[in-house]
Amino acid sequence: MKLRKGVVVAASAALLLAAGCSGTGQAPSAESAGGGGGTYGYNFTVVTHGAAGDTFWDVVKKGAEQAGTDEGVTVTYRDSNGDPARQSQLIDAAVNEGVDGIVVSMANPDALRSSIEAAEAKGIPVITINSGQDRSAEFGALAHVGQDEGIAGRGAGEQMAAAGVTKALCVIQEAGNIGLEQRCAGFAEGLGGSVENLQVENSNPTGAQATIRAKLQSDPSINGVLTLGPVIGAVAINAVAESGSAAQLATFDLNGDVTQAIADGKMLFAVDQQQYTQGYLPIVMLTLYKSNLNTIGGGQPVLTGPGYVTRENAAQVQDLATQGTR
Amino acid sequence: MTTTLNPTPPAPPDTDERVARVGLLRRLVLRPEIGSLIGAVILFVLFAVSSTQFWSLAGISNWLDPASLFGIMAVAVAMLMIGGHFDLSAGVLTGTAGLATAVMTTQWGLNIWVALLVSLVVCLGVGFVNGYLVTRTGLPSFIITLATFLMLQGLNLAVTKLITGTVSVGGMAQVPFFESVRPLFASRINVFGVDFKIQIVWWVVIVAIGAWVLAKTRFGNWTFAVGGDPVASRNVGVPDKRTTITLFMGVGACAWLVGSLKLMEQTSVQTSQGFGEELIYIVAAVIGGCLLTGGYGSVIGAAIGALIFGMTSQGIVYAGLDSDWFKFFLGAMLLLAVLANQYVRRYAERSGR
Repeated sequence: MKLRKGVVVAASAALLLAAGCSGTGQAPSAESAGGGGGTYGYNFTVVTHGAAGDTFWDVVKKGAEQAGTDEGVTVTYRDSNGDPARQSQLIDAAVNEGVDGIVVSMANPDALRSSIEAAEAKGIPVITINSGQDRSAEFGALAHVGQDEGIAGRGAGEQMAAAGVTKALCVIQEAGNIGLEQRCAGFAEGLGGSVENLQVENSNPTGAQATIRAKLQSDPSINGVLTLGPVIGAVAINAVAESGSAAQLATFDLNGDVTQAIADGKMLFAVDQQQYTQGYLPIVMLTLYKSNLNTIGGGQPVLTGPGYVTRENAAQVQDLATQGTR
Repeated sequence: MTTTLNPTPPAPPDTDERVARVGLLRRLVLRPEIGSLIGAVILFVLFAVSSTQFWSLAGISNWLDPASLFGIMAVAVAMLMIGGHFDLSAGVLTGTAGLATAVMTTQWGLNIWVALLVSLVVCLGVGFVNGYLVTRTGLPSFIITLATFLMLQGLNLAVTKLITGTVSVGGMAQVPFFESVRPLFASRINVFGVDFKIQIVWWVVIVAIGAWVLAKTRFGNWTFAVGGDPVASRNVGVPDKRTTITLFMGVGACAWLVGSLKLMEQTSVQTSQGFGEELIYIVAAVIGGCLLTGGYGSVIGAAIGALIFGMTSQGIVYAGLDSDWFKFFLGAMLLLAVLANQYVRRYAERSGR
C-alpha cells in the first residue's frame, strides 16, 4: 500500500506537469503531433482497443498527441474497435515499421501476447495502458499505466454506501469487456448491499435510457444506479427522472454532461481514471527510457485513478471536460 | 453428292451460331472479378509508393493476416450470395465457434479434438437451421439470419457468462493436447526469415475448393441457377432447397474454421467476437463482383475483395494516415467497386452477350 501511494503521488506529479504543459488553450491537431517543443524525434505508436470516435478514447488520443508535441516525438494513434485480432495486426505493423516504442491497451491480453513479445524481441519497449494490469509485467512490458478496476469499483461502492444506497444497479454498456465486469464486482464488494448487473448498448443511449427506466419502475426498492461510462451516465439521469425513482446516481468517467449533472446535484460523483494521462504519461515514459534509460514504477502499475469528481470540484473540471481533455 | 439444290451454308467446325464470338478484351471485362483485380493492383501500387514496408515480406505477411481471415468467410458468403441469399449471422457465428470450443475444453475438460468436432457440428447446425427456415418459410434470408444473428449474440454472452462467470474465455494454451492442434491452426511458415500465419494457407485452400466447386461441379451450376431464378431452376429439376441449405452450411463450416483459427492463435476468445464482421464479408463479396440479387459472381473475386480489405486496413497504417479515416476509405472502396461492377454489367448487356 505504501508503494502504491508513492506511485499515485508520482502519477499526480506527472499529471500536474501535463496539465501545465497542455494549458496553452489550443486544441492539438493530429497534424501538429510530433513537430513540437523537444528535439528527440522518436517515433511512437499507440494501439488501443477503443473504437474510433469514442469520447473516452478520444481523450486518450489527445493526451498522447499532446505529449508528442511537448516531447518532440512523433505519435501515431491507432484504434481497433475492440477486436483483439485487429489490434495484434496493428502492433505487428508498428513492429515492421521499426518504431521506437509501442503503447498498448490490453483488454484481451492473451490475444496480444505473441505480438507484444515480437516487439520486445526486436528491442522495442512496450508500455501497457488502461486494461491488462495483471499481465503487463508477465509480458515483459516496461510499465503499466492505468486504473485498477477492482479498486475503483470498490471505491465507488463505498461512496455510494456512505450516501445511503443499499440496493443498486450496475449498468454495463459494453458486452465482452472484462474491465467493466471487474468494476461491478468491486462495486458490489464496496457497497456491501445487493447489486444487480444490467446490460445495455453504448451505441444505443435511448434504448439504454428505456431499459434503465423500466428496471427502476419495476423495482422501486432500487435506490442507487452506477453507470460505467459517461454516455450512459447522462441518459441514466433522464431515466431516473422519468421513472420517478429516488435512486442516487454515480458514473465512471467524465464528459461535459456528467460534470454539469454533478455541479447541479443530479449526480453524486464520477469515478475519474483521468485517461488523458493514460495517453500522455506513456509517451513521456518512453521518451525518458529511450533517452535516459529511466523506468517508472519499478514494475508496479502507475495508477491514474480513481480520482473522484464531486460537487466540490465539478466546476473546475467542467471546462476541461468540454475541451475534451478530461 | 454435289447435286443438292439448297446446300446448307458451310459452317466452320466447332462453332455454334447461338454463341456470339466475343473478343478477348471484352471477355476479360465480362469476368466478375476483373473490376476488383484492377482495384487491387491500383491500391497495391498506391500503398507501395507511400511506404516501402508495405511491400516488404514482413509487410505482406502483415496485411495477408486480416485478408485471409476475412477471405475464408468471404468465399462461403460469396457462394451463398451467388445462390441468392445473405447470412447476417456469419460474423457472430465465428465467435460462437470459438466460445464453444473454449468452454468445452477449459471448463468441462473435454478433449480439444472432440470439442473442435462438436463445435463444427454446432456451426453446421446453425447453417442448417438458417437454410431450412429460409427454404421452408420463403421469408427473406435477411430476416431469418438477422434473427439468428441476434439470438447467437445473446447466447454467446449469456451462456458464456452462465458457465464461466466472465465475458471472455482464456487459458487455451494450458488445455491438454493444445500443442497437437497448434500446427493446424496457429503455426507459422517461415519464408526467407519472415513468418506467415497458417491461416493464409487455409485461405488459399478454401478459395481453390470454392472456385472448383462453382466452376466444375454440378453443385456449382445449381448454385448459379438457384440464385438466378429459383422458380425456373426448380422447374428444370434443380434441388433448390438442398442447394440453399448446403450453401448456408458452407458458411457455418467456414465460420467454424475462422473461429478456431482465431481461438488457437489468440488462446482466448471474447463474447463480442465477430460482431459486425458479417458486413465486411458481404463487402468483400460485392467488391469481388457478386451481385446483391444473386446468380452472378465469383469466389476468386471475393478473395480479391478480401485482399483489398486487408491491404486497406493495414495500408493506411503504413501510409501513416489517421485511423479516423479508415471506415471512410472502406466505404469509398465499396462504392467504387459497386459502380465499376454496374458499369461492367451495362457494358455486357450493351455488347449483346
